[in-house]
Amino acid sequence: MSGGPGLESLVDQIISVITNDGRNIVGVLKGFDQATNIILDESHERVYSTKEGVQQLVLGLYIIRGDNISIVGELDDELDASLELSELRGHPLKPVIH
Amino acid sequence: MFFSYFKDLVGREVTVELKNDLAIRGTLHSVDQYLNIKLENTRVVDQDKYPHMRSVRNCFIRGSVVRYVQLPPEGVDIELLHDATRREARGG
Repeated sequence: MSGGPGLESLVDQIISVITNDGRNIVGVLKGFDQATNIILDESHERVYSTKEGVQQLVLGLYIIRGDNISIVGELDDELDASLELSELRGHPLKPVIH
Repeated sequence: MFFSYFKDLVGREVTVELKNDLAIRGTLHSVDQYLNIKLENTRVVDQDKYPHMRSVRNCFIRGSVVRYVQLPPEGVDIELLHDATRREARGG
């Protein structure tokens, strides 16, 4: 990740967002502002469970309020392609408690 | 004050513990005024339990969800912090 501290370097890239309520949303970063409000295009949610593989739900164009964002990760295409999502199990993330 | 302190730690290996109990280890890339943190070469400490970040190498962590930042001991200059906190307490 080059550039300064902001999200400029991630615009038009695929990112993986983790929200404060523990959801994981993947999409293309189209815009953001000072408060980390972000616009995601072609987004989908990945639902993790310990009993079955990861489910993907199509969401489309999404705006997420900055208050509700924990992590914005740069999705690595190769690493992501190597993941067998239907076989991947995981605990749901806990919600953020301030 | 902590902003400039963290800026001095850029390039070091740190572990950031979040308020959702997730702990992420990585190289500190940058910090901003809100203490948002960017990490490189990240890995989640309990990756088998939380595989959500398996395909993420670099990430941005919002300052508001950070609970702790675990620093390398050699990155902590206690004298410097003492002086800075005293200066702050005196009001600049």
